[in-house]
Amino acid sequence: MDLPDTDLPDEAPPRDNRAHDSGAQDGRAQDSAATEAPQSPTTTDLLADSHQANRGGTATSEPTKRGKRVVRPGDLIFAGASRGSGILLLVVMAAIATFLTIRSVNAISVDHGNFFTTSGFDIEDTPMVFGMSALVLGTVVSAVVAMVLAVPVSIGVALFISHLAPRRMAQALGYVVDLLAAVPSIVYGLWGALFLVPHMLGVNAWLNQYFAWTYVFKQDYAGDQPRSLFTVGVLLAIMILPIVTAVTREIFLQVPRAHEEAALALGATRWEVIRTAVLPFARSGIISASMLGLGRALGETMAVATVLSPSLVLSLHITDPGGSTIAQNIATQFGDALGSGRDALIASGLVLFIITLLVNGGARLIIARRKDYSGANA
Amino acid sequence: MSTISTTTTLSTSLTGRRLPRWTPAATVVGAALLAVLLGTVFSIHSKLQWCLLGAIFFVLGQYLLAFSVEGRRQAKNGLITSLVWVAFLLALLPLVGLLYYTISQGIGVINVTFLTHSMNDISPNQTGGGLYHALIATLEQVGLAVAMAGPVGILTAVYLVEYGNGGLLAKWVTFFVDVMSGIPSIVAGLFILTFWIMILDMPYTGFAGSLALAILMMPIVVRSTEEMLKLVPNELREASLALGVPKWKTIVRIVLPTSIGGITTGLMLAVARIIGETAPILMLVFGTDLINNNPFSGPQSSLPLYVYQQYNAGTDASQARAWGAALVLIVLVMLLNLVARGIARWKAPKHRA
Repeated sequence: MDLPDTDLPDEAPPRDNRAHDSGAQDGRAQDSAATEAPQSPTTTDLLADSHQANRGGTATSEPTKRGKRVVRPGDLIFAGASRGSGILLLVVMAAIATFLTIRSVNAISVDHGNFFTTSGFDIEDTPMVFGMSALVLGTVVSAVVAMVLAVPVSIGVALFISHLAPRRMAQALGYVVDLLAAVPSIVYGLWGALFLVPHMLGVNAWLNQYFAWTYVFKQDYAGDQPRSLFTVGVLLAIMILPIVTAVTREIFLQVPRAHEEAALALGATRWEVIRTAVLPFARSGIISASMLGLGRALGETMAVATVLSPSLVLSLHITDPGGSTIAQNIATQFGDALGSGRDALIASGLVLFIITLLVNGGARLIIARRKDYSGANA
Repeated sequence: MSTISTTTTLSTSLTGRRLPRWTPAATVVGAALLAVLLGTVFSIHSKLQWCLLGAIFFVLGQYLLAFSVEGRRQAKNGLITSLVWVAFLLALLPLVGLLYYTISQGIGVINVTFLTHSMNDISPNQTGGGLYHALIATLEQVGLAVAMAGPVGILTAVYLVEYGNGGLLAKWVTFFVDVMSGIPSIVAGLFILTFWIMILDMPYTGFAGSLALAILMMPIVVRSTEEMLKLVPNELREASLALGVPKWKTIVRIVLPTSIGGITTGLMLAVARIIGETAPILMLVFGTDLINNNPFSGPQSSLPLYVYQQYNAGTDASQARAWGAALVLIVLVMLLNLVARGIARWKAPKHRA
């Protein structure tokens, strides 16, 4: 190159260093190779380049052999704004964690019971005695019931939509499932309280009659209105079913066609195709979809608050009325709580937050591990 | 493949013995008849139990028939197919039931008065009154939430896709967007309660509610926008940059317009998600029976909160109103979904295979 680039601003387009940001690594390499034609790009070149890219073009016009760097205020503002939004998001998350923790520490310091083992949640009297055990138990039990009921059915429905149903019907069903996934939880709650609860009476009696030996289905108060954790679990199952189905269906649709055709070519029946090609590919997707549903079920407030007649007892007779979940307890007691009573509720909210964090983190881990050895992107 | 079936049907044809196409239909009829017969003989009253019996007979019958004629593998295939059908019907039952029940209960309540009046001076056991105050408040709160979460969410996604470059900040943001999308709505409400109302000492307003809604909405917007921006072909960006267009202008004029359909769809779906959130609203907007058009001062109501309050009032009249409001809410959500889908289809690249 005899002429410096700076003399030819029009022929050689200004090498805006930020142009590399959008490209992938190899795109960057090609780019530099193209503009610095005779010299092959060395590693140091690339490093220096990326370094300057990170600086965001603070230098106005250095007449280097790479060309003039033009800093446009628009670029600075836009890059700053988008980076700022990202940071804002982090700040919000940090604020949530911080404020909830501070309040919780306040609450736990005035707790006259053991925060983890006390089952009651008495926050209206002055020496407050509250603990999480009954609430956590109720939350976990109702969510587990929901998962046990919803996940197999969701997988079935997703398989039906993606692989078994006639094509036109499948598309319509996909829409229906997506629409149902968007029905607000308060509507599920209303329906659960006014329709499902009366209809669960027979189911509970039947379970009590034939499955009382399992302990969990034994009823101490047979015949009461079944405003119980089991009913809540059933309602939550109905609620998360469309979500889990929608996500699982997406995964099933991503199974490479070639895998299925290979199985078919070997003479597999439809079930064998599903078992050998579809399910192994979708396993981690199914798990993360279930976790997503579990997260929803754990944090659900209104559908539980309308159905349950809350009581804070440690009991595993899940068809007996009573029980309480963390979210529902916050919603129910919030109206009467003042001052440190609210702090106590916030502490329980923090526990819920941590539980959902663990569940979601688990799901992410599973997905991330899957990414490492998946050859499915080809 | 299976030796047994080939030896038995060796002579006839290349394919194994198959059941005629009408077998499933015949099995359905047979199973239904058997179920009805058993139901009447043993005097089982519940129609649900009849259905269950019928389903069991159908699955068993299919399996045995296929096993005897087509062999084990085909029978297993049939069994799973039947089970999947059963799962599908089982799932459809409560979901369609929910929609049907809500519509049948709510449709009678909705009229012009219901849509244009508030609950001012209406006691729970009186009929009449309406949800105008709740509807207007919901629209305002959701609008404010979109105004806050929309730009922040979209810009964050732009950062992740266009500027982040896999850096440390981008990784952290991605991780915490995931974390944030898992926050239970009641926890978001609690946070705004501590921060906005208890620490900053602000009053209960519609705006407080919309802050919580914005927190819930942000991760959804980031996620969907990010996916959409990733779909924009790199050639478009490169072509624009090669013409000397500044990067920000490339994003604003090329990248965002290309993906605007998907971004709008994502926004709409996020709105549909948060419009029905009750828990944070319950804690933050205080609730009122009066029309309050100003989300920045004084308590407001909200549609989901209205449903909850009317349900809790416990009288026939108030529960009827709850159903009416629930139906209005569902219709709103469905409309948003349909509009989102319409935009997605309208803006979708036409040449895609």
